[in-house]
Amino acid sequence: MSETTAKTWMPSFHVLGPLLALIVLIILGASINSNFLSYGNVTNVLARSAFIGIIAVGMTFVITAGGIDLSVGSMAAFVAGVMILVMNALIPSIGVTVPVVLLGMLTALVAGFIAGWVNGVLIATVKIEAFIVTLGTMGIYRSLVTWLADGGTLSLDFDLRGLYRPVYYDGLLGVSWPIIVFALVAILGELAMRHLPFGRHCGAIGANEQVAKYSAINVQRTRIATYVLLGMLVGLATIMYVPRLGSASASTGVLWELEAIAAVIIGGTALKGGYGRVWGTVVGVLILSLIDNILNLASIVSPYLNGTIQGVIVILAVVLQRGKKTDG
Amino acid sequence: MLRRSVLAGVALAGTLAAAPLAAQDAQEYTIGVAIPSATHGFMGGLNFHAQDTIKRLEGVYPQLTFVLATAGNAGKMVNDIEDMVATRDIDALVVLPFESEPLTSPVKAVADAGIWVTVVDRGLSQPGIEDLYVAGDNPGFGRVAGEYFVDNLESGSKIVILRGIPTTLDNERVEAFEAALDGSGIEILDKQHGNWNRDDAFNVMQDYLSKYPEIDAVWASDDDMAVGVMEAIAQAGRTEEMWVVGGAGMKQIIKRIMDGDPQLPVNVTYPPAQISTAIEMTALGLVSQTPVSGRMIIGSQLVTPENAEQFYFPDSPF
Repeated sequence: MSETTAKTWMPSFHVLGPLLALIVLIILGASINSNFLSYGNVTNVLARSAFIGIIAVGMTFVITAGGIDLSVGSMAAFVAGVMILVMNALIPSIGVTVPVVLLGMLTALVAGFIAGWVNGVLIATVKIEAFIVTLGTMGIYRSLVTWLADGGTLSLDFDLRGLYRPVYYDGLLGVSWPIIVFALVAILGELAMRHLPFGRHCGAIGANEQVAKYSAINVQRTRIATYVLLGMLVGLATIMYVPRLGSASASTGVLWELEAIAAVIIGGTALKGGYGRVWGTVVGVLILSLIDNILNLASIVSPYLNGTIQGVIVILAVVLQRGKKTDG
Repeated sequence: MLRRSVLAGVALAGTLAAAPLAAQDAQEYTIGVAIPSATHGFMGGLNFHAQDTIKRLEGVYPQLTFVLATAGNAGKMVNDIEDMVATRDIDALVVLPFESEPLTSPVKAVADAGIWVTVVDRGLSQPGIEDLYVAGDNPGFGRVAGEYFVDNLESGSKIVILRGIPTTLDNERVEAFEAALDGSGIEILDKQHGNWNRDDAFNVMQDYLSKYPEIDAVWASDDDMAVGVMEAIAQAGRTEEMWVVGGAGMKQIIKRIMDGDPQLPVNVTYPPAQISTAIEMTALGLVSQTPVSGRMIIGSQLVTPENAEQFYFPDSPF
């Protein structure tokens, strides 16, 4: 295994690739529109990145352990739907009060926990391919939310929304809550990945499951834990998402799974597992949001071509960091 | 199982209530209905009205059987239609093509087999296949909104547009809107795609607000997008500065127009209940000699606080 020797110098390039892309995007944005670096725009972009960002941190662990989860977008929509239904149902008995919001948040975390646990058990214990399990649950959650909403939109009670709204729009010292939560999740995720046994176990399982098993790592439990963690982070992201528009429908969270996976890979985590980088994931999420933001602010090209530009930048960002890695 | 017992119940009720009708025309017919699945608000409303109409017609005409299939993509819809012809022996097909191009030849094959074809909303790419065409008025949808902007804004006013998913339907609407604005002196600052999605519209509107210090009005062109747009405006604290016109008549938006919300002065209809028109007319053509072939375009109307009540459907999910 020459990989260990290679790794001592490779990280610098790994870190630099996506970071460079991010810096180039920021310079580009600032030169296109003077409002790009304004407080309002920066807050908007960071807050809107928070949903995908929180999920992508969890996805980093799943992918590092050699798994994948395609269900997170549908899961977010389903959790949001359940959360709204529960809160609306509680109003007659408890009224429009803070406990209703707290119970709603608890519902989201519990629903995320259960959803993640189901994925994890089917993959790690029943031993079905992660791709197939989560492709299945992706369809299940998506159709469940459509069914719950009767094909329409589930809306949070108007008065309760007023009470819950500050969770997305307000903040501490001018930094809005979604940004704070995203930052905390990223810092804790980085610590867990680098300094906790859990993070190292994920890497070991992703690199070689057999070796990990012989090294006395409880592969099954760790694998389930990655999906449970991801599920709960989906719940957390939903807690920040629902107060924004106060609604959930079949079109909520469409393609979030691909954005989260893309952010993880752009950030330098290996898609086949074994190596994860939480900070890289954060950079990846910011790159994806900035591309959208800059395209909206610039309107230089036909909006029909937005997807093309996104695609080119995503591929370029990965090419940059993979430049010297392919031989490995 | 449930469906069978419901059918039996309807059939029983039918023998009592519609006995004269059955005597008149004992021949039984099967009508296939293929529509896109309820992936967003408008299609949710359309699915609701389709099921509602089918339930009503099964009660009125016991000799009619309906096969309803919803599809999430064009390929599934083609399979659904082939299954209906092969296994259910349908006498008429009501279809809202998921996409025009891929559905054209499968639907043509159905028409060539002598089955009545009703096409709804999205036309096929080859003319003359369908017996009946029922649709909303897309250019009218843009024109009616555009005329409202011209009547209520001064020359030199600045507006922004949110477009839907890039489709011919969206192009027709936006072109008609821009044509209506021609010569009015109203300046269109920007038009980006919000994809008929609340979250996308929220993001696009946030960016418009960062980019443009002065915006007098927003054509959100859809009520789902209007919801996201209004939230972004509220966040920026610019609610007083501009008003918003959505479209398609979502019940929550219609309610706010009824209540005289200054930020939402009007709406333009594009009724999801057009599927009801199509199914009803198809059924009528089968059970009676009423001529129903041709083209039926359902006009887009301006919803104002005065007439909003007649467009308000509290039971519909949309």
